[in-house]
Amino acid sequence: MRRAGNGLEAMLYQFLLEPFGEASVRHSMAAILALVLSAGPIGVFLMLRRMSLVGDAMAHAILPGVAIGFLAAGLNVFAMTLGGLVAGLLIALLAGAVSRATKLQEDASLAVFLLVSLALGVVIVTANGIDIEGLMTFLFGETAAKMSASKLLVVAGTATLSLIALALIYRPLVLGCVDPGFLRSISRSDGMAHLTFMTLLVLNLINAFHTLGTLLGVGIIIIPAAISRFWTRDISTMIVLAIASGLVSGWAGLLFAFHAKIPSGPAVTLVAGVLYAGSVLFGRIGGIVWQVFPGRHLEA
Amino acid sequence: MPALQFHNLTLGYDRHPAVHHLNGAVETGALVAVVGPNGAGKSTLFKGITGVLKPLSGSIERDGREARDIAYLPQVPDIDRTFPIDVYDMVAMGLWRTKGLFGGIGIKDQRIIEAAIATVGLTGFEERAIGTLSGGQMQRMLFARVLVQDARVIVLDEPFTAIDERTAADLLNLVQRWHSEKRTVIAALHNIDLVKANFPKTLLLAREPVAWGATPEVLTAENLAKARHMCEAFDERATACAVPEMA
Repeated sequence: MRRAGNGLEAMLYQFLLEPFGEASVRHSMAAILALVLSAGPIGVFLMLRRMSLVGDAMAHAILPGVAIGFLAAGLNVFAMTLGGLVAGLLIALLAGAVSRATKLQEDASLAVFLLVSLALGVVIVTANGIDIEGLMTFLFGETAAKMSASKLLVVAGTATLSLIALALIYRPLVLGCVDPGFLRSISRSDGMAHLTFMTLLVLNLINAFHTLGTLLGVGIIIIPAAISRFWTRDISTMIVLAIASGLVSGWAGLLFAFHAKIPSGPAVTLVAGVLYAGSVLFGRIGGIVWQVFPGRHLEA
Repeated sequence: MPALQFHNLTLGYDRHPAVHHLNGAVETGALVAVVGPNGAGKSTLFKGITGVLKPLSGSIERDGREARDIAYLPQVPDIDRTFPIDVYDMVAMGLWRTKGLFGGIGIKDQRIIEAAIATVGLTGFEERAIGTLSGGQMQRMLFARVLVQDARVIVLDEPFTAIDERTAADLLNLVQRWHSEKRTVIAALHNIDLVKANFPKTLLLAREPVAWGATPEVLTAENLAKARHMCEAFDERATACAVPEMA
């Protein structure tokens, strides 16, 4: 019995704790923690502004910038951040300007920019021919959840900045979502808040790219927000739940990536997907199970 | 000095005027109804007064006040009722001008918010999400926010649309109270009988002012017919104009 117990303990130790003995895995975990802390609320606001797909579009749109940085300096975290930031802001501003100057809706013009931009990114990456391992990391994040310390530093720094900026624009952001006319009647901060929010979106996307790869990074921003909506009607709780579910996805996903020797992007996104499916089924607010059996539960 | 003065004011969207060459003044302490068919420019005028919309030409004088110091009750359909915010926080937004982006809400402010919620009869609903409110409760909440704003000039966009009689009567009492406190109140309304019974002054608007003055003299059958006709005539011309412009 005791030996069996010890065996189980050893197994749990090997599975849950041993991976974090490696510094690079600890870096990955710390980066995820920083990432979800800032990306959680960003995702919630994206969802509440009905812009989740815009987030997805932006993720593709900033690819050429990141790709240029990537090619100029390899997997250099600073070059990729800078390239992505420039490309992202350029596209956000251009799409906004085109939609204001013409009759085209902002999401339509953003969709055009995303496609052209993505094509450009793929051309840049493939024309210059990179090794397959580098490409895999670029697209899906580090294999087996190993991250360098310098990358962690950039991710954590950006996340801190993003959280502070979000705190500054929190009130106009909320009021701009729920009652934009009233906000404009009492404050001139709505334009500034929207622009800051788009900048933060780009910063968090790049952060997610570093952590989970360019193809799937956006998942850790959008999916936790979607999960949180199934559990609460209060925005603060929603943000906390988005961070928590992002953290659980990140932690379980990293373990998955480590043991299966797969890239972290798909591993984390899959775990988040499982949590999302569970929320769709059992979520307290609008979950399917509660809709199928509503009467009995509410009569008491 | 009037609370509001309009000087050849034209307001609109994408260079298309919705309020055309409006001149006139709203006296301090006046209780004014703005009446007119759908599309007459009532909401547009209110967005101009509250600074949400910049004039295409002309100007608005606000007796030395900033546009932001005017309390504004937007139409309920302009509000995203699915947004996860509760009644208390919504009403607290009325403190924005004194609290800004970061100011904390102290005990004194909490009293103000609670009192406003009690005045409109929503005590006990503080933590309810706005999506769970009925149309009447929603309007009561918006009135509480106006109370918290404590402004000298108050603009109400269709405050009595789609609510039951009791709610309308309660909220009308509030409007009367503001009037007795010498605040300037302007409200867009569709119910002519309600206007005749409660609003001393009326502006009849159909993109251009049809009549403006004492309510009984403004709301004649003749003027109302004229307002309907002007609005329709204008619409037809607008479509005709827009075509060559697009091409």
